[in-house]
Order: sequence, then structure tokens, then C-alpha cells
Amino acid sequence: MSNSDIILETRDVTKHYGGVHALEGANFNIRKGEHVAIMGDNGAGKSTFVRQITGVERPTRGEIIFNGQPVEFENPMEAREAGIETVFQTLALADELDVPDNLFLGRELIRFRLGPFSILDYKAMRQRTMEALEKTAVKIPNLKNTIRNMSGGQRQCVAIARTATFHSKLTIMDEPTAALGVQETAQVENIIRTLKEKGEPLILISHNMRQVFDLVDRIVVFRRGRIVANLKKEETDGQDVVAYITGAKTGAQYQDTAA
Amino acid sequence: MPQHPGVYGMATPQTHGVGGLTFDTSKRRWPNEMNVLIALVIIVGIFELLGQLMMGQSFLFNSSGRSDSIFNEQRLRIIVLQVSIVGIIAIGVTQVIISGGIDLSSGSVVGATAMIAMSFAQMGLVNGNPNPTLALGPWATDLPVIVPVAIGLSCGLFAGVINGALIAYTRIPPFIATLGMMVTARGISKWWTAGKPISFPTESYRVFGDGLMPVFIFVALAILFHLILRYTVYGKHTYAIGSNEDAARMSGIKVGRHKVLVYTIAGMLAGIAAIVLSSKNLTAQAGMGTMYELDAIAMAVIGGVSLSGGRGSILGTVIGSLIFGVIISGFTFLRLDAYYQEMVKGGIIVAAVVLDQWRQRRAAYGA
Repeated sequence: MSNSDIILETRDVTKHYGGVHALEGANFNIRKGEHVAIMGDNGAGKSTFVRQITGVERPTRGEIIFNGQPVEFENPMEAREAGIETVFQTLALADELDVPDNLFLGRELIRFRLGPFSILDYKAMRQRTMEALEKTAVKIPNLKNTIRNMSGGQRQCVAIARTATFHSKLTIMDEPTAALGVQETAQVENIIRTLKEKGEPLILISHNMRQVFDLVDRIVVFRRGRIVANLKKEETDGQDVVAYITGAKTGAQYQDTAA
Repeated sequence: MPQHPGVYGMATPQTHGVGGLTFDTSKRRWPNEMNVLIALVIIVGIFELLGQLMMGQSFLFNSSGRSDSIFNEQRLRIIVLQVSIVGIIAIGVTQVIISGGIDLSSGSVVGATAMIAMSFAQMGLVNGNPNPTLALGPWATDLPVIVPVAIGLSCGLFAGVINGALIAYTRIPPFIATLGMMVTARGISKWWTAGKPISFPTESYRVFGDGLMPVFIFVALAILFHLILRYTVYGKHTYAIGSNEDAARMSGIKVGRHKVLVYTIAGMLAGIAAIVLSSKNLTAQAGMGTMYELDAIAMAVIGGVSLSGGRGSILGTVIGSLIFGVIISGFTFLRLDAYYQEMVKGGIIVAAVVLDQWRQRRAAYGA
């Protein structure tokens, strides 16, 4: 395991909101092709952590090293341009637009450049949308359908397919199946497996223990703003993880930091 | 969701999905503009029927036998002329509403712009006598036509930029920002000449309102902006912002800047409408364009533009404007009082919004 394998590393990333220490000294890394789950109770700092590495917020202190380079993202767009694609808990889709429009929202393919009145290249966007859907094995029969007319699962699939369209270097999913039914959850999990086969790294935030053990290589547990465990899937089980989440146990290397 | 293999199994066999991820092709609806067009045909049909029953005359067809045309060209001409000027405003208002906003200022902007532009388009001599309605003095007479046109466009643009900047950067609701502009612009149009009308435009300025010119300008602008909304990044972002502003922002669209652009275009279209209107009327008055903003919004709403943003098209608005024109013309045809026109107009606006809401609910909860 060489250092150049690491796609994202955070050193001592900390976020204080006034007196609230939402995130304290997070040291985290993820290697190329690796799928890592972030677990923890509500308010444990999972989403705060994601907001720091995706440029939604700027950390109070600490370093983020992405693809070997120290980075300081000013906004989510910069993170996205660098190659970090995020599927947010609240879906960032425009209801009245169709699938290719949503996939390319904010970075449309252009046929003829003319400032804000640049002519769209619908054909190329449609083509690349189909490629992306194929890559993620997402099945949406009618690309022309607007998001409004789609089920929750289809919407989630479109949001995920968006990350796959742009050859992202790292995908982050914040509870992608929280609001989905059984079949739809299965579909999203299939997409995640496809990403794994293609060797695309993923950070998955989830409360679903079965899902986590099905899908990821490693589980990182947050508690009260700190990382308290870093567990290989093979070396742990559900009960063990629950013990870390609830505070019954704390990982050996985190004893001194976690209160 | 039940599957109907027969339906899309044939059309798209390779995309057969799993469980809830399939899309029922039978749910695909025809374009909304189609509904509006059908409404137009029905309304024309009603007037035709009433005309035959009440007046013994045809509304649409030529019954006088004075010309070779099968249609009553006179009436059609009046209908399109009547709606073309407010229609130009409605093109801009449509874009504003699609972006999730509203523009109440367009009628007043028309008034102020007409006054200001017209004061640079006056003739120095009328029948050998000095122009009795000079707004600015002899230096501003008989100027080349480009001067009043450029000034008119700039006035509209300026009003639009202020609307857009207020909405985008102070984050006050569009309703309030444009209401302020509505009152202010009306004030300016009265203040400009202390309420006196401005008349006698130059020969070249009269071209814009001459004959069917307003209709040509309306149609040309409608086609231009229909294409822009459908095929450019500007159009796509306008729909995106109206449909989900947060998503648009997260996707990296510069929402504030885009809104300024949308309101600026709407302002410029109001400026064009002002030039055409003052040219057609051969005069500019402080009260010009009163209530045009509401007529323009009504045309858009009747044409299927959703007040909650994200949906609608210029084509819909154009058909909506025709419905508007047919109703006004139809009431005149039936020799009904103008009071009834307004009452029915109000009812139709409300009905159009109710219909839109109903359609949206049906779409959202799955028919």
C-alpha cells in the first residue's frame, strides 16, 4: 500500500460552529478503488465531515490532500471540477428538466459558443447520458421524461448517474437509499457494486448496517465529532460496529482523543 | 408500478428496467401548448356559434362577400394587432415567470420609456408651425431615428437591470422589487413633461407602429426568444432556476447573475413595446401601458406558463395572447359592453391558474 494509492486524505480536519465542536481532528484516508462507509449516530459529525471535503464549508483548521495535492475548495463547484462528485441527501435535481439536462446542469455541452446564449449540443449530451447510464447500469427507459414524473428511485439513480458521467475521481453518497423502497434500494446498491467493479472509489454515508457490510471494504465510525474506529469489514461485525457507534467501545488508536 | 411489456417492450426493449425503475410510456403527455391551442380553437368555436345564433353573422369567416378571402381578414387583423404590443411584453414576462419570478413593472416601464423615447423623436415643424408639444426644446427635434430607439432600449434595459440587481443581490421578493419599479416608473412618466402628452413623431419613427409592423416585430421576437429558451444555455438555466433554485446553485449556475440577465431582457422587451406603442399611437402619454403588466402575465398564464416557475414556453404565451385577443374581439363582435370583457378576463386568468395547479397535482401524484 503505497502513498500514491491514496486518493483523499484529511489531516486534523476540524470544524467549530462558534462554541460547537462539530468535527474534531479528523484523520481519514481512502485509497483508489476502495469503498469506505462512514457510520455514526445523528449529529456524530458525518455530514459535517462531508461538507468540509466537498467545499460546501471550509474547515476551521486541518489539511485536505486530494490526489496528492493539498486543496482548499472555495465552493462545491471547485470540488466537483477537481473530481469529487457528491450525491447530496437533498437531491440537487431540477424537477422540470429531463435526464440529460439534469446530468449536464451547470456544465452543458456546447455546439456554438456565444456567452450565455451558447447553443446547446443536445445530441452529444443525450449520447453521453446513455453511456453514463450504461456504465452505472441504471435503467431509465425514457430520457425525455422530466424528473417530476419519476419515482424516488429513478431520481436517486439520475443523481448517481450524474456523478458517473464526469469520470469523477471520488464519489460521495450521503444516505442514498434513505427514502427509497426495497426494489429501489436494490437498484442503487447495484449501481454502487458497478462502481466498485470499475474501480471507482466511494465514500458512503449510511445507517443501514446490512447495506454497509454488503457493499464496502472498510467502516469508519464517527462519534461526537471524532473518528472513533477504523475497521476492516472482515475483522468486524454488526454488533461490534454498534458498540463503537454508541460509545461502548473505542478503537485502540483513538483512545486518547475520544472522550 | 405495473409493467406493460407490450407498450414499451416493442419500442425500447433494451431498456427494460427492474421494478419501480421502469417508466410507463403511456404516461407521456402531449405538449402543454397543445392544450392551449385546443382551448383557443374551442373559444373561437364558441364565438362562431354565438355569432350565428345571436347576430346571424360569422365570427371567423368572411360573410360579407366583399373580398375573396374565406376568413374575415378585417377581424383577424384587429385581433393580432391588439395583442402584438402587450405580446412583446409577455415574451419578457414569460421568461421572468419561468425563472421563478414575476414582473409587475413592465406596464409602467412602457409608459416611462414611451415618454422619454418619444421626446427624442419629435418633428420640429408641424404643418409649418412649431411643434406645440415639444418636450425638450428645439435641439431634440428631427433627430435620426436611431436616437429615440437607442434611448428607448436603454431605458428598458436600465429598469430591467435595477429590477434584476435588487432581486438577485438584496434578495427581496420579485413581487416587491418590481412593485417598487412599477410605482417609480409611473412617477417618472408623469414627471417627464409634468403630465403633458408628447406628439408628432418623425416620419421614420412612425414606421414601427405602421400597419402590421407591430405584428411582425412581435412574431420575430417571439420566434427569436422561443429558440433562445429552447436551444441555449441561457434558456436551460432559466428553466433550471425556476424549477429548483438550490439545485441550480449547487450545479454551479451563477443564479444571481442569470436573474439580472432575465430581468434585463424583460426590461428591454418592455422598451421595444414602448417604442412600437408610441409609434403606433403617434403620441406618448403618462398613462400609457397602465395594466399592461397584468395583461402580459395573464397571457403567459393562459398560455400554460406556471407561476411556480420552471414550466411554460414562448409558443404557449403566443397562443395565450391569441386567446386573449379573440376574447376581446369576440365581445366586441357580440356587441357586449366592455365591462363584461374585464369580468370574463378576470375569470379566465383564475381558471387558467386553477387548471395549471390541477395539472401539476395530477402529474405529481401520478395519474
